[in-house]
Amino acid sequence: MIGIASVKGLLDRWLFRLGRPTPLPIVLGHRQIFLLPTGPGYAFAVALLVMLVASINYNLSLGYGLVFLLAGAAFVSMHHAFRNLLRLGIAGGRVEPVHAGQPIRFQFVIGNTRRFSRHALRLTGKDSVVPFSVGPEDQVTAELRCATYRRGWVSPGRVRIETTYPLGLIKAWTVFVPDLAGLVYPDPEANPPPLPDAGPSPTLGTHLDHGDDDFAGLKAHQISDSPKHVAWKAVARGGPMLTKRFAGATGGECELDWAALPMNLDTEARLSRLTAWILAAQARGRAFGLSLPGTRIPPARGESHVHHCLKQLALFGSNATSSA
Amino acid sequence: MRHPAPDTPSLLTPSLWLLITAGITLAPHAIHLPLWLIVVCATILATRAWMVTHPGIQPRSRILKALIVLLAIAVAVGIRHHFGHFFGKDPGVALLAVLLCLKQIEITSSRDIRAAVLLSFFLQLGLFFYDQSLPVAAMALTGTLCALVTLLTLETGTLTPRTSLRTSGLMMLQAIPFLVVLFLLFPRIPGPLWGLPADAYSGMSGLSDTMEPGSISQLSLSDAIAFRADFAGEPPPPAQRYWRGPVLTDFDGRSWRAGRFLLQREPAYATSGPAYDYRLTLEPHNQRWLLALDYPGGRPENTVYSNDFQLLSTTPVRSRSRFDLRSYPESNVGLNENPFILAAATGLPDSGNPRARALAESLSRDSHDPEDTLRRVLDEIRAMALTYTLRPPLLGRDPVDEFLFDTRRGFCEHFASAFVFLMRAAEVPARVVTGYQGGEINPVDQTMVVRQSDAHAWAEVWLDGRGWVRVDPTALAAPSRIESGLASALPQGEALPFMMRPAMRWLRDVRHQWEALSNAWNQSVIGYNTERQRAFLEGLGFTSPDWRTLTGLMGAAAAVLMVLLFGWAVMQFRRGDPLDRCWDRFCARMGRHGIPRLPWEGPIDYAERIAAIRPSRADQVRHIAQTYATLRYGPDGPGHDLKTRQLSRMISKLAL
Repeated sequence: MIGIASVKGLLDRWLFRLGRPTPLPIVLGHRQIFLLPTGPGYAFAVALLVMLVASINYNLSLGYGLVFLLAGAAFVSMHHAFRNLLRLGIAGGRVEPVHAGQPIRFQFVIGNTRRFSRHALRLTGKDSVVPFSVGPEDQVTAELRCATYRRGWVSPGRVRIETTYPLGLIKAWTVFVPDLAGLVYPDPEANPPPLPDAGPSPTLGTHLDHGDDDFAGLKAHQISDSPKHVAWKAVARGGPMLTKRFAGATGGECELDWAALPMNLDTEARLSRLTAWILAAQARGRAFGLSLPGTRIPPARGESHVHHCLKQLALFGSNATSSA
Repeated sequence: MRHPAPDTPSLLTPSLWLLITAGITLAPHAIHLPLWLIVVCATILATRAWMVTHPGIQPRSRILKALIVLLAIAVAVGIRHHFGHFFGKDPGVALLAVLLCLKQIEITSSRDIRAAVLLSFFLQLGLFFYDQSLPVAAMALTGTLCALVTLLTLETGTLTPRTSLRTSGLMMLQAIPFLVVLFLLFPRIPGPLWGLPADAYSGMSGLSDTMEPGSISQLSLSDAIAFRADFAGEPPPPAQRYWRGPVLTDFDGRSWRAGRFLLQREPAYATSGPAYDYRLTLEPHNQRWLLALDYPGGRPENTVYSNDFQLLSTTPVRSRSRFDLRSYPESNVGLNENPFILAAATGLPDSGNPRARALAESLSRDSHDPEDTLRRVLDEIRAMALTYTLRPPLLGRDPVDEFLFDTRRGFCEHFASAFVFLMRAAEVPARVVTGYQGGEINPVDQTMVVRQSDAHAWAEVWLDGRGWVRVDPTALAAPSRIESGLASALPQGEALPFMMRPAMRWLRDVRHQWEALSNAWNQSVIGYNTERQRAFLEGLGFTSPDWRTLTGLMGAAAAVLMVLLFGWAVMQFRRGDPLDRCWDRFCARMGRHGIPRLPWEGPIDYAERIAAIRPSRADQVRHIAQTYATLRYGPDGPGHDLKTRQLSRMISKLAL
């Protein structure tokens, strides 16, 4: 006997052609669009049947006419629903990393190359439904929110784009597993202990210094300023030569070491604490280095360094570190 | 919620459209719904309109719910009281109408709106119980359009009213081929599937099988069409246009009733004289008589003869029906009449109307044969100078006496009744025949139209050797009634049915046009039934069509329509800029020859690649790509269209 799960799997593979994730972008062809009556559609059909019986019983020619016209409209609405999805282009957009527990947002760029609007579309994922519509020869970005529970790579799974336009009697939908992945950092520990200090630092606390991390304003250009920091956009607009100023906050460098953590913490708790420390260090503008079993990242500052470190934590213990 | 999320429509627009739908659907129902119910419905709809336009003020929903329930119960009781019963066509329609109105008030979700839309579909169908004419069909169609717009606005809130109407209109237009195919080919099942409620055929007017003073003059006030006759050749002269209905033999002193008659397959007489072939289209009257022109012959389908020379349908005529008939107005009928029938045709009540009896006796005393008696009675009536009027005075216990000697004003039923009474009192067999007399040719489609106002009663007298002879005593007082109809026969100053007034000539012309159109509509659309369906299929070349032929054809036709619609959905993306289409065509041709354009390849690069593979066509291909690039990316100068056409020709001529 075949179980329900295996029937569903068979349906998925054979009817919906779901298998490996589909690389985006795709353009919906007629074989990818499925049509079924909706609940109101079935109610409509039952009502038509009752009306047909009344027409037969009372021999109402125009009754037949009305029933057939409405049935025709239902058939036609099927094609309208189908046309509403046909040749719709779906491309993947940005996915910003989040911490476990926060919803991750997958962006889809939906393009319409045809000369009519696509109305009342819905992007449906595991956890959310996003209604949207696309104007003629236009494109929109729809954001699908998915709940996250675990660190690591997460994909939106099975995504549907569906519509019950125009009459709500027929649902047209397409289903695909987009080849998109978002990174989920570990959940930061709620109340972490203070950052570990790597030996005595020359100054207590932090002070602002001219660094090159965060844009902090413009000043008059001096010959000695690096050409990298000239505000070329302003020059291009015909303005004076200006130099961009960057502020770098310095504190003592710190070393975040896996091995230095208390022995009683398990892997996830350690990752959680390291994550919280990275965030704290970033907030204070301190340079930090990260040591994990088998990896060592030298101390540095800045967005990309933070991302690199968090990514190491997110993928700690898994093999899939290669993906973007 | 001030800012709804993109394209999640609020319920406001659909509610408004639903209100319009309900208004349009219910308006034509006002003709037959009881007045109090119309007031209730209108009040509810007005309240709802106010609620929709003042969204800030919403009564608390619990109070509202209780109010709705109370109102529903009150209306249900009212309907039960008004109609006397609950289960039937009229109370059903009335209940649905109120339900549609009440449903409007308690709308809280899209589900409520969908339910109300289905209700409005039912009520649009309900319209056809009462009337299937063109204007009602148009009203129902408008209601359907608004209902579709309601459903559409439930799906998307981004459409303007205009685009909503246009999209729904497009869907209705695209649905029309389905309508035609299904209408023609859906197997028509004749007759009711089960017993219909008692009031199923209420509201049909026409003759009845009893006649008392005033019953026909009442009918004469109606302009409604009783039937139409479409003659194959010349129609008979007006004096022969007697359309036979119930023959009334039994008289109780006041009212006439149909006697008992036998049914037979063949007419009880030998037809003779000229024949008239015609197609009779009878409005439903829920009776069996067909009102054939005197005297019918042949054996038309689904009919039987009675031995008083009526042609009867085998079942009551409950829908507009067509019969192909033939009549022989100059036949002699009843030459060898059954003695029982003759005996019944001389019967009178034992007492009553003494003055008329005395008159008949004095007239017959010195007459030598029934024919002489007939002449004397007619002379006597003529001499009385009775007045023909649509508004006869009411008559008391002895109606014949009072008509002949006191009031002296009457309509055809008074004349026929008095004449037959006198003949019977003189012991000559006589009887009343009711039916229609006359008919007007519609100059637009040459059909003869017979109206309820042509209802008439005349008499038949049986004379030995001549059989039943038609005598129309009304002609004695108003000879022009027979030749030119009611309007010319009534005295000056008599209130005529509105349309019959001479001043309304232009209006009558309009009516002729309209009725010709209605007739065409009735014949081709409303009258389409099992037989017509079979005839249609035989016309298509199917020898013995049955439901299998029909379903097969229907399936095939529907499949063709579905494919066409699919094509419509798929093909439209090809439209677009003519220049792009040219270039796409070029790329597609190259693709078929194994050199598809790569997605990132510009025209010049592509041409170079083709040139490398097909050096023999290099110049042409380069020229095409160069032209395309110039037209596409160059300035939009004059002659752009011409150059595009030249490019198109170049691509067509390119041999590979």
